[in-house]
Amino acid sequence: MSVLLAVLTGLLVAAGTWLVLQRRLLHLVLGIGLLGHAANLLVFAAGGVSESPAFAPGGTPLPGAADPLPQALVLTAIVIGFGATAFLLALAWRAFRTLGDDDLPGWCGSEPPLEDDHPEPRP
Amino acid sequence: MTGLLVIPPLTALVLLALWGRPRLQAAVSLAGMLALLGAAAHLLLLLAVAPGGILVWTVGGWSAPLGIVLVADRLAAALVVVSTLVGVACVLAARSPHDDPARHPAWHPLVHLLMWGVCGAFCTGDLFNLFVWFEVMLMASFTLIALGGGRERLEGAVKYVAMNLVSSVLFLCGCGILYGVCGTLNMADLARIIAAAGTPPAVQAAGGCLLAAFLLKSAAFPLFAWLPASYHTAAPATVALFSALLTKVGIYAVLRLTVTIMPLSGTLLQPILLWVALATMVVGVLGAATQMEMKRILSFHIVSQVGYMLLSIAIGGATALAAAVFYLIHHILVKSNLFLIVGLAAAHGGAEDVRRLGGLRRFPLLYAGFLISAASLAGIPPLSGFFAKLATVRAAAEAGQWVAVAVALAVGFLTLYSMVKLHREAFAKEAPAAPVPLAGAGWATAAVLVLATGTVLIGLGAGPLWRWSLAVGSELAARTPYIEAVLKATP
Repeated sequence: MSVLLAVLTGLLVAAGTWLVLQRRLLHLVLGIGLLGHAANLLVFAAGGVSESPAFAPGGTPLPGAADPLPQALVLTAIVIGFGATAFLLALAWRAFRTLGDDDLPGWCGSEPPLEDDHPEPRP
Repeated sequence: MTGLLVIPPLTALVLLALWGRPRLQAAVSLAGMLALLGAAAHLLLLLAVAPGGILVWTVGGWSAPLGIVLVADRLAAALVVVSTLVGVACVLAARSPHDDPARHPAWHPLVHLLMWGVCGAFCTGDLFNLFVWFEVMLMASFTLIALGGGRERLEGAVKYVAMNLVSSVLFLCGCGILYGVCGTLNMADLARIIAAAGTPPAVQAAGGCLLAAFLLKSAAFPLFAWLPASYHTAAPATVALFSALLTKVGIYAVLRLTVTIMPLSGTLLQPILLWVALATMVVGVLGAATQMEMKRILSFHIVSQVGYMLLSIAIGGATALAAAVFYLIHHILVKSNLFLIVGLAAAHGGAEDVRRLGGLRRFPLLYAGFLISAASLAGIPPLSGFFAKLATVRAAAEAGQWVAVAVALAVGFLTLYSMVKLHREAFAKEAPAAPVPLAGAGWATAAVLVLATGTVLIGLGAGPLWRWSLAVGSELAARTPYIEAVLKATP
């Protein structure tokens, strides 16, 4: 199970990184989402993986039970990630509507100009 | 401590209820920020009389390491005081009419949510809790930077949001690995475990993840490009707040990680942090030298100044940490003030490009505020920046890091060049078109004068503040006072 989780995390990181490095805005958003899921899986795996319930009846800890704390952490992280992704999507949509294209390398209006010898503002 | 975490969300709620009533909103916002400043000052006073100088609150009655604790040592309390002072100044400045996005009814509530995240991040004693406070702060800042819309602003906002989300992913990964190895996320407990067991490779990997996340947030080389690409698009009061708080929370997190949780000395991360700091200083100041728009010049200077603070942290030891603390306090005030000043300058002169400005020395109060802040940033005695740079250079010299000394002095010289450029172009030379006095600029000018007074006071009281910084630095370097205070705290 741990090996499966490790492989899955690796795949998610790889896919997320690849997507983040693409030119399109939507790829960036999806890539950040995948990277977030990879981080969630990593935290989840940190608590150990087991099939026995985390909380045992009667208060006696079960041998080999998973640590419930990382699961609580992951829950928090998922909610935060969901909110952040929703905001990023809304922002991306607004930016796409305003700028008229989703080709990220063309977005250099906010970048510091490389060579700017003209006091006039650029169009 | 409770006040710090209760006042901002309550103020934000009231402000939301006042949606669409700008005058009332501005008044309530200022009152809320002043109350927060009061709570912060109260905390600093409490610390002055507390035995041991560290206050710990066990949230919900669960003591550490099981529960989440809020910890206020002198560093956290001082940073909260300075941050809320900047908050007051920015809320004041936002009343001036040139600050357009600050007219948006969501601006004031979001600023208070941002302050909430900042106060929480400074005061928490738990690594995952720090992550949550970071997110509170970031969500508010995401919305603030995009407020008002427009091409450049949205473009900058997408870059800012994307980079910060990547940093959050790294932060979460670091937390996960660290919990898997150590079984706790309480900072003091982590420090205790790591001090006893050393830093095995897994802990170093987690430390690398966390350090990368924090360095990205503090805009260190090579992951700094998002800052000059986005900050200059925001409104003056917004960017003044950002420049004072966001990168500085990142540096505070670097400090907590590399000093309190896992000391870097002897690990691979120490030389990396040192070279990152030097590269940040040089790249930032060279970037600023090539720019001609005021906010862009200052954005690059944030990057360069971040390098000075990272340098002190990388050197380590009581004196260097004291230099970092002193620098943090000085920098928060000066940087936000400069952004407020160039906001006003652009409003009076009608341009962002310094070549199209001029004659702004006709506004004596603004001119005085600029001279004080710019001279302080460049490190001219007897202002605060001189003592901050002197302390940094002395710490580097004592550690035998002569390359760092040379770089720090050269970067200081180039900072002076940038400030002279701003002065000559925007203030001293004759204007191509006569600057028009802006009606209602009094609020922003008052904010500038408040912060400039703070800078002058730091310069005049440099002796006592330096002794205080040394005490904080040795407390940080010793580590045991913090660990013991947290782990022995009872509900």
